Amino acid sequence: MGSLVVLLADAPSDTFYTKSPHWGWLIVFYFFLGGLAGGSAFLGGLIDLFGARQDRFAARIGHLLAAPLIAVSGVLLIVDLNRPERFWHMLIQNNTGEPMIKYWVPISVGVWLVSLFGLFSALAFVGVAAEQGWLGGRLQGLRTLREGGIGKAISALTALTGISVAGYTGVLLADTNRPLWGDTTLLGILFLLSGVSAAAAAITLLSGRRANRETLHWLGNMDAVSSLLELLVLIVLVVSIGSVVREVWGNAWGVLVALGTVLAGILIPLVLHWRPNLLGRMSVPSAAALVLIGSFCLRAAVVIASEQS
Amino acid sequence: MAWQTQASPPAQPGPVSTPIGSPGPATPPVASPAAQATPSTQGASGSVEVAGAPVQTGQYNAEPMGFYTDTTVCIGCKACEVACKEWNQLPASNGGANLLSGLSYDNTRRLDGEHWRHVRFIEQFDESRSQGRWLMMSDVCKHCVQAGCLEVCPTGAIIRTEFDTVVIQSDTCNGCRACIPACPFGVIEVNPVNNTAMKCTLCYDRLQAGLQPACSQACPTASIQFGPIRELKGRANMRLEQLQGQGVDQARLYGADDSIVGGLNSFYLLVDEPEVYGLPANPQLPSRNVPTGAGLSALGAAALGVLGAVGLRKHRMDQFAEEARASAASGAVDGEVRGG
Repeated sequence: MGSLVVLLADAPSDTFYTKSPHWGWLIVFYFFLGGLAGGSAFLGGLIDLFGARQDRFAARIGHLLAAPLIAVSGVLLIVDLNRPERFWHMLIQNNTGEPMIKYWVPISVGVWLVSLFGLFSALAFVGVAAEQGWLGGRLQGLRTLREGGIGKAISALTALTGISVAGYTGVLLADTNRPLWGDTTLLGILFLLSGVSAAAAAITLLSGRRANRETLHWLGNMDAVSSLLELLVLIVLVVSIGSVVREVWGNAWGVLVALGTVLAGILIPLVLHWRPNLLGRMSVPSAAALVLIGSFCLRAAVVIASEQS
Repeated sequence: MAWQTQASPPAQPGPVSTPIGSPGPATPPVASPAAQATPSTQGASGSVEVAGAPVQTGQYNAEPMGFYTDTTVCIGCKACEVACKEWNQLPASNGGANLLSGLSYDNTRRLDGEHWRHVRFIEQFDESRSQGRWLMMSDVCKHCVQAGCLEVCPTGAIIRTEFDTVVIQSDTCNGCRACIPACPFGVIEVNPVNNTAMKCTLCYDRLQAGLQPACSQACPTASIQFGPIRELKGRANMRLEQLQGQGVDQARLYGADDSIVGGLNSFYLLVDEPEVYGLPANPQLPSRNVPTGAGLSALGAAALGVLGAVGLRKHRMDQFAEEARASAASGAVDGEVRGG
């Protein structure tokens, strides 16, 4: 028999003896959008806290991006549950009414992070809307959410919870016994770096020419640094668990990582970053779009390839 | 029947509530009123009236209970599978229509949300099929002393009982499925009927009533033995010595000591490598990766934060410098105007 058993006997890791949780495309989209939202809020918060006045346009784009994306992420997470009507069991113990948190479990911490990030990014969003004059009447007063100590506190909390959301998803995968996910500790930092580079790309793309040149330059640098580090981490990952990677990515998913993430999402944008004249005016937006595609491919390949192992 | 009652104390007070291997359950284990009201010191048998006839019952001590499965005497009859399905009212797959694996006589093929027992058939034959042997093993949740599923469950649905077994509370589970990849043995799956994660409960309901689990009761060869873990370990070691004395050098116990996730409350006597039975050689807790993974992520975040802040700081300094220049220039103009 047991072709199954025979295959298992040759498995490169004990993680191949386990079952997949059926985390499919909803989770891939969540990981992508959550990372993008977290990265955007992180960059927006950094600009608010350390940037110059002329950088604030890009910060506003970041905050306007973060809140809706994390709201969509929340919906994706709830819909993905087998019993969506019980989503609150992760926040409140259903049988005692007390808060539900296990600080040693990434999913449990993540539920709170996503909730808090949702709250802070919504405050920042409203503040930006008031700042822009999009809110009428008394609501204009909400621009205080972007000013003074309150504004700084909201920016800091949004940035902190945002970057945590961008990174915890990879740690969540590491807290399993599945092939690839449970075989490395690098997915957290990988997703975090990829989230920040995707966010820098998205803000660049949405800012167009309206953002300050210096700001765009800073965003380009953040994107390039994150991408370079992401490439480095990816190389270390492949080298450190080669036999598992061969098994999990030795197929179309590996091709997706090589072409979608490494070539299109990292190398070509880096070349365009250092040689912006290659595509003329299209260099910056093309590089940004490719970074976003690469970031999505990475999450799809990490999640779905392991699911299918 | 010896298994039905515990000979007198030593009794452990109250239900065991601390999951071993994790800092603690967020939800306290739910012990049934019966188990709480009848402290574990009860070792004696009682009797209840059923349809006028007295039936012997007993109460188990609140101590680690479990299965010792001697695979050498399993005959692959699957009585355990059937008894489990019957007692736990688990549905038939595929509407009850036969779904053949096409690989062997094993058509159950796996443990999942509606198969809490699975008799593995392992055929070890040479190519001519003139020589070979069957290995059979009734697989089940291992009720790990350090349980990965319990550790990661974000709703607190998974608890440790007073019998040191691991139980999923279906009314709390919201189907996030985190426990499925956390289990190093691939035991848990979603039950398609109630859409929550399910697995063997080691017949928690029966244990609370002083009955042994349905599977071990149904096993006709005593391949599945139920009882207090300390007693089962003694039995298993005797059997191991017997087999090794008979020249079965490959005989070994799997999960009887604490080398595998703190010990398995359902442990096995095998006659080949664990991998041959579809068991991982070195199963581990999923949390092994979390501190390093989280630390590296925090390091990455800090590095990007510092780099970003330094880059932006320069913008702000330039802005201040420009403002200073502008105000100096305007000051100079003012001075000239006043001086003139």
